[in-house]
Amino acid sequence: MKAIRYTGLALFLFSLGLLLALFFASSYTLTEQLFNTQVKKEHQELLRPEVASMFGKTYGLSISFVNSLNSAIERVNDKKRAEQAWDQVIYDDYAGSITRAATSGVIKTHTTLLFILVFVVGSIGALMYLLPQAQLAGPPGIKNNGIFHNSLNNRGWMGILVGTLLILFYIALYFFDAYITNWIILVDPVQKLINPSGQSSQWFLYGFLYTFAVLVMGVRMLIKYRHSKYQVFRTISVMFFQLSFAFLIPEILVRLNQPYFDFKNMWPLDYDFFDAWHLNTLTSSGGLGLFMLVWGITLFAVGVPVFVYFFGKRWYCSWVCGCGGLAETAGDPFRQLSDKSLKAWKIERWLVHGVLVFAVIMTAGVLYSFFTGSDTIAGLSTYTWLRQPYGFFIGAIFSGVVGTGFYPLMGNRVWCRFGCPLAAYLGIVQRFKSRFRITTNGGQCISCGNCSTYCEMGIDVRWYAQRGQNIVRASCVGCGVCSSVCPRGVLNLENRDEDGRFGKPILIGNNSSTLQK
Amino acid sequence: MKKIVILGNGIAGITAARHIRKNADHHITVISGESDHFFSRTALMYIYMGHMKYEHTKPYEDWFWEKNKINLKRAWIDRIDFDQKVLHAGEERISYDALILATGSQPNKFGWPGQDLQGVQSLYHLQDLELMEQNTRNIRRAVIVGGGLIGVEMAEMLHSRNIPVTYLIREEHFWGNMLPKEEATLIDNHLREHGIDLRSQTELKAILDDGNGQVKGIETKDGETIDCEFVGLTVGVHPNIALVKDSPVETDKGILVDDYLQTNIEDIFAIGDCAQLRTPQSHRRAIEAVWYAGRMMGETVASTLAGKPTAYRPGIWFNSAKFFDIEYQNYGQVPAECPEDCDDFYWQCIDGKKCLKIIYEKDSFKVRGVNLFGIRSRHEVWDNWLSQEKTLQEIIADLPKANFDPEFFKQWEGEIQKKYNEEFPNHPISIRKPGILKRLFA
Ligand SMILES: Cc1cc2nc3c(=O)[nH]c(=O)nc-3n(C[C@H](O)[C@H](O)[C@H](O)COP(=O)(O)OP(=O)(O)OC[C@H]3O[C@@H](n4cnc5c(N)ncnc54)[C@H](O)[C@@H]3O)c2cc1C
Ligand code: SF4
Ligand code: SF4
Repeated sequence: MKAIRYTGLALFLFSLGLLLALFFASSYTLTEQLFNTQVKKEHQELLRPEVASMFGKTYGLSISFVNSLNSAIERVNDKKRAEQAWDQVIYDDYAGSITRAATSGVIKTHTTLLFILVFVVGSIGALMYLLPQAQLAGPPGIKNNGIFHNSLNNRGWMGILVGTLLILFYIALYFFDAYITNWIILVDPVQKLINPSGQSSQWFLYGFLYTFAVLVMGVRMLIKYRHSKYQVFRTISVMFFQLSFAFLIPEILVRLNQPYFDFKNMWPLDYDFFDAWHLNTLTSSGGLGLFMLVWGITLFAVGVPVFVYFFGKRWYCSWVCGCGGLAETAGDPFRQLSDKSLKAWKIERWLVHGVLVFAVIMTAGVLYSFFTGSDTIAGLSTYTWLRQPYGFFIGAIFSGVVGTGFYPLMGNRVWCRFGCPLAAYLGIVQRFKSRFRITTNGGQCISCGNCSTYCEMGIDVRWYAQRGQNIVRASCVGCGVCSSVCPRGVLNLENRDEDGRFGKPILIGNNSSTLQK
Repeated sequence: MKKIVILGNGIAGITAARHIRKNADHHITVISGESDHFFSRTALMYIYMGHMKYEHTKPYEDWFWEKNKINLKRAWIDRIDFDQKVLHAGEERISYDALILATGSQPNKFGWPGQDLQGVQSLYHLQDLELMEQNTRNIRRAVIVGGGLIGVEMAEMLHSRNIPVTYLIREEHFWGNMLPKEEATLIDNHLREHGIDLRSQTELKAILDDGNGQVKGIETKDGETIDCEFVGLTVGVHPNIALVKDSPVETDKGILVDDYLQTNIEDIFAIGDCAQLRTPQSHRRAIEAVWYAGRMMGETVASTLAGKPTAYRPGIWFNSAKFFDIEYQNYGQVPAECPEDCDDFYWQCIDGKKCLKIIYEKDSFKVRGVNLFGIRSRHEVWDNWLSQEKTLQEIIADLPKANFDPEFFKQWEGEIQKKYNEEFPNHPISIRKPGILKRLFA
């Protein structure tokens, strides 16, 4: 058994190493012919003198190739801006397409083989490493041994390394996608499998890696918590929604010439839902497009209040949502790193509600422009002042770079806790109008602290449990882990009558105070 | 405004301090030599096992004390001058108007040869944990002596670091002096499932020296020797009364207190593990070394000191524990031996990891208490049932109401009710199984 695990680990590390090595594996040569096919006619004359020095030159690294190309384009643009020839400034993103075309090497000649070596071998290795745990780690039960002795789980060098790699990946993904062209090419076989006429993009790569992580780490979660049906069902649910709703269905829709649409995502997490281009796409895509529009609005306008009323925000955050799905699977090894201090709670409330307000204002501005056709409010462009900053600071930096990159440093729900506007909205409903609460069991709490430690949302669950008070908190995503790890059976996630939800703290067992002389 | 000094920052002392602060304006100082801040003693095992760090076991953040005007003082008190009302900590003097003794327990040692060798220890204080860290580094086997709650925790701790454990128990079964046989056997089996080498009816005779003052093994009363580099002594605790033993404060096993938790000296109180009630209620013991009793005594004495003299009246007994993966809850009286005038109703799940035992009076069928293993149950519901003296039949019929397991868990009440109907065909109950929908929309 142990041998299987170590072989699995070796295979997985091999695949991971190969994936990282592939970043460096290609060479990039821009030929004049390639230039002519990739660049629009009207840009060719402008650009040619600047990039001519690159023709025929072979670069060993995507970064230097992309930088040369981009600075050539920038030089043209600088000149045109200086001449105030605004209409000649090049806004097209050529870096991705030209780099892809200029790539040569194993990644192009042996794409499928490499894909198998990285992802098929990698997942086999991961499963060989994970599955024997069902036997080796002893009978089903809480498996938190050694977590705070482990450098990956406790912000040691491994945690910092993984965090750094993730942060770099996200920065490349959002801002320098041409750098990771090799990886984008690597997943092209899957793209072709789902949609033969498609070509993988950085977002397809991201979706694929995301789903891969949710599924593989979901298996880990299923083994780790196999004694708890709540955790098992919940994990299967997020794995299912990620694989089908988030990954496959949108791609299949595209194959069927329908708009790309994730039926489980919703505004304001899906912040471009009300963008003009998106509304135009939906309204011009026939019946299905209109259905998508109505569905998307109904989901947040009716679905949220109704479902949160009955089940709490958990129905979304820890059963359906993609961000939640990643947090609950790939992020599970890091849940104990969330900050439980009162100060963190204060920061959280300001930040997350601030983002919600920002999202609402941004959307209002965007809709204003859509309906009135005017791009400015009080002279300020809704795009430059609202939509763009939101996309950059919230959409990319907060939800991606910080939200996931900081898993090994600040826990697995950084985004959900501090940044997600949808979580803020769900949370307000949960706090004020819901049947959901976590009940505490009489006087049984021994203040051990397991619940607070393993609460990914940084809720100091013990504070409530040890005084016998229901836990009714806007941020609770209902992951149920506090209840799972409690060694005294004190906590239970329940949907019950709203009466008594905010009852006075009560610890059963002491009748003394009733007998005063 | 009185100057109240509390000796001991455990659950008893700290609860007293917090509740005095809530209700009165007294000057409060809490003294302890063990740690700067209140931490959860019950969580010690989790630090060693790597589930938590020491920081996580502190139930209140460090700013809490200053904000609530509770002065914390780290010092060992070596003498109390009752005439002058002063505590001596080395050269330092701390005066009081009222003193609350909450000094906790000390682990028992029974004078075994070799009990002071290196590698032999108990587990009670924070410092024991650091010691255990050193004592268990690179060892090949550990022996634990004493089948109680701390013993099994120690076994789990060592097991978490893959250290083979031999576990000596004097009784026939684990925790045999507290648990009825069926439940004890269930835990025996679970310990063995985890690979614990459980030796029942085995007593320690001596701990063996390797010649350098280090333990090299133990010898049992049957003459067997077991090689080991670590011996955990977990044969119970006794009240820590060292400070007042030869003083005007009356003691027996613990510090004797009246219904108001006051000692024989006015303005001196004792609470928590160190206290011994002169006249306990019939359903409670004079010394109860558990977390909950310490907390309740703290609440009660605080009420008295805040000007509302309050007698200590603990309600229905309850307790809980966890043995490796099996959770245990207890409400009411379930002694190891079923009392003469009672019978028991027992159900065990086929997986051998869940069971329920109810003790009821033979004549009236009134229920005295329940043990639950592997099923979470509602304290509030049981507290009501037991204080209203419900009968076995009433309780079994309503059993689903007490279920506290998470959603989607299999519900065993139906099986338990079936078992009841088989045993009591004369007054059967209808079997009720709430469906999952009912639970989701309860
Ligand atoms: C490993 C372990 C697990 C346990 N698990 C459970 C459980 O699951 N459930 C349960 O109900 N109970 C459990 N208990 C028992 C429970 O922890 C005790 O009943 C409870 O902590 C006692 O609280 P206390 O406030 O009376 O005393 P303590 O917590 O012992 O506090 C007394 C403090 O006073 C200090 N002190 C004593 N004398 C002096 C002096 N002269 N000068 C300065 N300071 C002094 C001590 O150092 C100590 O810090 C467990 C105990 C242990 C050791
Ligand atoms: S309080 Fe419990 S259920 Fe809610 S987020 Fe925290 S650990 Fe999960
Ligand atoms: S894990 Fe359970 S016993 Fe421990 S502090 Fe939380 S509620 Fe209390």
